[in-house]
Amino acid sequence: MGEVEVRALAGLDLDVVEGEFIAIMGPSGSGKSTLMNIIGCLDRPTAGTYKLDGIDVSELNRDERAVIRNAKIGFVFQSFNLLARTSALENVELPLLYGELGWSAGQRHDAARESLSKVGLAGREGHYPSQLSGGQQQRVAIARALVTNPAILLADEPTGNLDSRTSEEIMGIFQQLNDDGKTVVLITHEPDIAQFAKRIVHVRDGLIQFDERAEQKRVNVKGIAAPAPPVPVG
Amino acid sequence: MKTSAQRLWNITVVGLKAISRNKLRSFLTMLGIVIGVGCVIAVVAIGNGASSSIQNTISSLGTNYIMIFPGAATSSGARMFTGNSTLTAEDADGIKAECPAVAYVSPTVRTAAQVVAGELNWGTSIQGVSTDYPLIRSWNVRQGDFFTDQDVKSAAKVCVLGQTVAENLFTSGDPTGQIIRIKNVPFKVDGVLDKKGGNMMGQDQDDVILVPYTTAMKRLTGKTKIDMVQVSAVAADKVQEAQNEIDAYLRQRHRISPTGDPDFMMRSQEEIAQASEAQMKTLSMLLVIIGAVSLFVGGIGIMNIMLVSVTERTREIGIRMAIGAKGRHVLMQFLFEAVTLSIVGGIIGICTGVLASSLIARFAGWPVQVSTGSIVLSFGVAGAVGICFGFFPAMKASHLDPIDALRYE
Repeated sequence: MGEVEVRALAGLDLDVVEGEFIAIMGPSGSGKSTLMNIIGCLDRPTAGTYKLDGIDVSELNRDERAVIRNAKIGFVFQSFNLLARTSALENVELPLLYGELGWSAGQRHDAARESLSKVGLAGREGHYPSQLSGGQQQRVAIARALVTNPAILLADEPTGNLDSRTSEEIMGIFQQLNDDGKTVVLITHEPDIAQFAKRIVHVRDGLIQFDERAEQKRVNVKGIAAPAPPVPVG
Repeated sequence: MKTSAQRLWNITVVGLKAISRNKLRSFLTMLGIVIGVGCVIAVVAIGNGASSSIQNTISSLGTNYIMIFPGAATSSGARMFTGNSTLTAEDADGIKAECPAVAYVSPTVRTAAQVVAGELNWGTSIQGVSTDYPLIRSWNVRQGDFFTDQDVKSAAKVCVLGQTVAENLFTSGDPTGQIIRIKNVPFKVDGVLDKKGGNMMGQDQDDVILVPYTTAMKRLTGKTKIDMVQVSAVAADKVQEAQNEIDAYLRQRHRISPTGDPDFMMRSQEEIAQASEAQMKTLSMLLVIIGAVSLFVGGIGIMNIMLVSVTERTREIGIRMAIGAKGRHVLMQFLFEAVTLSIVGGIIGICTGVLASSLIARFAGWPVQVSTGSIVLSFGVAGAVGICFGFFPAMKASHLDPIDALRYE
């Protein structure tokens, strides 16, 4: 039995400009996940190049990619992926632990606090993931992605585990961050969610099927950045 | 430099937090190490205590101390220990006169009796000895005097009390000059001996009454032979020479050829001490091996838990890696966890061991001595166990692929 090489992506060429809000869509098996792993520097292409923020990252080894992920990419996952039994503040601080800058505890606290307030969670620093709703957990995850001030926010089905109202809230946060100049790459298979982006790319069989500038559907962001009403700690 | 120190500290804190999140499991993981280290500390303390008490006994008896016991008698070609002693007081006198390497000789007759003084009574051991005895044992009289050669010659009914006997028979007042009754024979107390303490078997050496051996034979036992001869050589390095002279002399007196089986046995204090020390060492060795096995098993316990923990926390590892942890950060986190577990276990083990030692000293009455060496050693071993057994799981964690780890349910 030999290994069969499967080409997940073939001849795909994609440019994302700074400040864009792009949604990558496609059915399962389309190569969407592979594309996201490469964009996220979790994997590297067997052929071809990937330049992130002017750096060719396609030839980097494990550790070098870890440094790039830490400094340049903010991940937001479908299942939030927060550390259990760890406070929101500590979760947000996590990327700073591994940074090349060697942040002190005080600096980490300040940065994490600021990041949490950006997603409207000021006052919830001490809450554990189990004490937060799904939407709030995802906001903590976004705060964690933001804390290192990365070049791109890479969100993989960020609303997959949320109801439609909360989904819209989360998309509102992304839009707000994008308005502030953050580049957002959104991976999704839901057209409803993709329409919150400014540009939609459809991937099928490892190729870009079409790439369109869509009219962005705006979320009413009223109250999102304001502190949420206090929730009794249970 | 400062940033890498900061990062090392950060990862240390990550490891500590992981331990404190799973307190019960962390404690159970440590238990093997706790038991192993505690075992080693307690065992070494007991072993040290025993061998130092053996050393004390040697110095309290004097290194030039020799005992001669009656041995197997040959009668009509059949060798047996008849129970009848082959040694006489004349043998003892002869040894003193004929062996130049021998300094002091005391024939010894032993019996036990219930002793009465006024309203009080006390069961103790009676030793019939000569006036050389205090010189052989370097054991002085604290109050009054030892009995004299004249008392020995005339089989006078006088005695010298050990400290314990004096305390039990005379709760108040000076015992000297008082009368006690041994097997209904009245004895005048001439003096009280200094405190000598326990011997290496843990027996109280002060629980004794010394009487002239002649008196013991005539009035108390009715025996004509003596139970043993206690001898001291002129110097510690003359012990062997003294033994050779005594051997030659007794063979000649008992008409035994130099190659024949002697009807007596000789033991120097050093031989006895060595024998019991060797026994003690075997026992300690055995227990140290148990401790080592326990430490090893404890190490495997740590490895097992760390492996489970790595599998259980695959997703956590994936998250950490996705947000920028390098392989070596993860390696260090898990290694640090393992080492902390084993070192904390080691510290608890040391406390347990010291506590156990003092409990043993208190309740079993064994002499124990906790040694710094064993504490340092077992602490080091505990740390090494953590590193060795923690390395493999940590390595495994650091080699996970972040994509697979993130997908892990």
